[in-house]
Amino acid sequence: MTLARFVRKNASRNKRRSLLTILSMAFSLLLLSFLMCVWRAFYVDQGSAESAQRLIVRHKISLANFIPGYYREKIRTIPGVVHVLPVNWFQGIYRDQKPENFFARFGTDPDEFFDTYKELSIPADQEEAWKKDQAGAVADKALADKYGWKIGDRIVIQGDIYPAKLELTLRGIFTTAVPNNALYFHWKYVEEGVPFAKGHAGTFGILVDSPAHVNEVAAKVDEMFANAPEPTKTETEKAFQLGFISMMGNVKAFILVISLAAVFTILLVAGNTMAMSIRERTREVAVLKTLGFRRQTILGLFAGEAVAIALLGGIVGTLVAIVLLKGASQAPQMGPLFSVAAKQWNFVAPLVWGVAAVAGLLSSSIPAYGASRKGIVEGLRHIG
Amino acid sequence: MAIPVTYNIRNMILRKGLTLMTALGIALTVMTAVFLMMLLAGMKKAFVKSGDPLNVLVMRKGSTSELAGGFTKDKLPILVSLEGIAKDNEDKPLVSGEWVVVVNLPRKDGTGDTNVTLRGMGNEGLVLRKNVKLVEGQWFSPGQHELVVSQLIHRRFAHTAPGDALDFGKGPWKVTGIFDAGGTAADSEMWADVNQVADQFNRQNALGSAYLHATDPVAADALKHRVADDQRLQLEGMLETEYYDKQTTSGAPIRFMGYIVGLTMAIGSIFAATNTMYAAVAYRAREIATLRVIGFRRGSIVLSFIFESVLLALLGAAVGIVLMLPFNGMSTGTSNAVTFSEVVFKMQITLSVVIYAAIFAVTMGLIGGVAPAWSAARREILAALRD
Repeated sequence: MTLARFVRKNASRNKRRSLLTILSMAFSLLLLSFLMCVWRAFYVDQGSAESAQRLIVRHKISLANFIPGYYREKIRTIPGVVHVLPVNWFQGIYRDQKPENFFARFGTDPDEFFDTYKELSIPADQEEAWKKDQAGAVADKALADKYGWKIGDRIVIQGDIYPAKLELTLRGIFTTAVPNNALYFHWKYVEEGVPFAKGHAGTFGILVDSPAHVNEVAAKVDEMFANAPEPTKTETEKAFQLGFISMMGNVKAFILVISLAAVFTILLVAGNTMAMSIRERTREVAVLKTLGFRRQTILGLFAGEAVAIALLGGIVGTLVAIVLLKGASQAPQMGPLFSVAAKQWNFVAPLVWGVAAVAGLLSSSIPAYGASRKGIVEGLRHIG
Repeated sequence: MAIPVTYNIRNMILRKGLTLMTALGIALTVMTAVFLMMLLAGMKKAFVKSGDPLNVLVMRKGSTSELAGGFTKDKLPILVSLEGIAKDNEDKPLVSGEWVVVVNLPRKDGTGDTNVTLRGMGNEGLVLRKNVKLVEGQWFSPGQHELVVSQLIHRRFAHTAPGDALDFGKGPWKVTGIFDAGGTAADSEMWADVNQVADQFNRQNALGSAYLHATDPVAADALKHRVADDQRLQLEGMLETEYYDKQTTSGAPIRFMGYIVGLTMAIGSIFAATNTMYAAVAYRAREIATLRVIGFRRGSIVLSFIFESVLLALLGAAVGIVLMLPFNGMSTGTSNAVTFSEVVFKMQITLSVVIYAAIFAVTMGLIGGVAPAWSAARREILAALRD
């Protein structure tokens, strides 16, 4: 009988216990994989190649402050800048104030929009139609599908930050690998309806000629307006998004604390099970020793069993996590985040399996060591 | 007849190691749940308990936050003349025209900048917020580049002690004092003179919002409608309490995360508890058979084991709650989805957090204990005795 076969037989001896242990560990490891994927999506993933080439300019003080519209032409003069356009958060209300009817609405400039956001693709005739109609809008396909919008449909957005009612006509529907669920329209339309919006922008998007020049251009923009009445803060799209995440609170610590709790739970569960099984087998261990097996071999048997069970839990956990993340990427608001998170699979899964294996090893070591040290006669006398 | 409780307790003590490990596993799950509930309880206080029911907040029609407000200053005299507004000692109506802006400040712990709310208020602003107490230094003086900060902001942000200068907008602001708003939304704010704030942001001829302090609740409600009905104003009034009620959605991401995390960990713990209880049943097969021979009924045995499982879970809950006590009162922040700025609040263990944690643990114990208890009661007496 080989060692592996012995381990397998032992693990399947109390099937219910092994199954419960695997399931219990799987849930903790599912949580761990889920959190690690989200962590990597937040802090490690660098976004798409197109996104790495773009910068966002906002007022240094906060997003709620406007920057003058004439900054656009000044920014254009900086070497390395290919396109500059306003990308202004309009907010507003569509249908009602329910959260499920909320989606991103931006005022922008159609002339440069699709040249800057190259990952969004739209038929050329639709883009032309949008450019010509100042009350026209384009929407993400996922968003259009959600509301059943067709080209030519009217979309009315009641402003809140900006006191204006936008009566938009859908002129185009764009597609992209990761749906952004956003609606874009002419910023000019808002400027004409709202006096205080005229000549102002919330944020500018900049397309830089190469990712290598991104930091240099960002520094130059901020330098240009450092002493102006409205100083700016320019950062990459990724950094801009991270700013929002950090506003949610100390997300890093939050994820770490919960991950730690999950890992400890795994250790406890695995340790508990192994302690139970080893205790039951005290007599068997004595028999094995009588037959001439060494302590190392006996330790290896138990460790092997614990690691095998933990790994099975790990595999189940990661698989369920992936299914969940894939499912969550269809969610309307957080969808893009989860689809990025799901892509972290090939890094996170091996990591989680490693954690499981180490937990199995650690959890079995103490009870197994105790069992292997027990004297043969004492062990044989043990009543389980 | 029921099996005595001491039987369960002695058994748990006999198998200390197993009991402790399972209880710790449950404790970890309870700790995570308590952690999330403490966050939510603190946030709830920061929003729901905020606002004076006598204060009527006036903003531009359709506007959902004070940041998005904005109306011309000439409307303030009309508001002052409305009926039902309380007066101060000098017979001046308690009306404060305000501007709320957000400024970017560096956190003390070096984790970067974040947005903080700066509220500019009129002369009566402090009078109509009687519940806020000054704990150090002095209030800001009208006409000066001065501000006061809340205690929580003072703890979280650099250069916020009285005498320090904060640099944003047009030049340095002197910090003159620290106030305590008792865990309400004002604890996430800095206060200054409205004209100074408007000047900083080039909004001299306008106001973001106005606060009217009504004489009594009925007058507050009437005042709300008077503001909305006045054609000269084109403004909207709401009770301050209603305004903060609407902002509780800011806790939604944490609540959402909390449900996922709590549920996942709970299911894991239920499996672990089931495992432990099955082991307990297996060890005691002969005991159980003996109990049956003595005359205890199956029902009593099921009940006894479920009870033991619940006891185990409660032990876990107690450990978990005790271990989380040090976190009580810790201040942390999240962003307000309405104003883009940071809401500072204290984590709080309230009675309801403790009760929910106990219910959570008992549920885990119940679910985890049912199957093993059932299997204990179902075994044939003779077979079990022969084991």
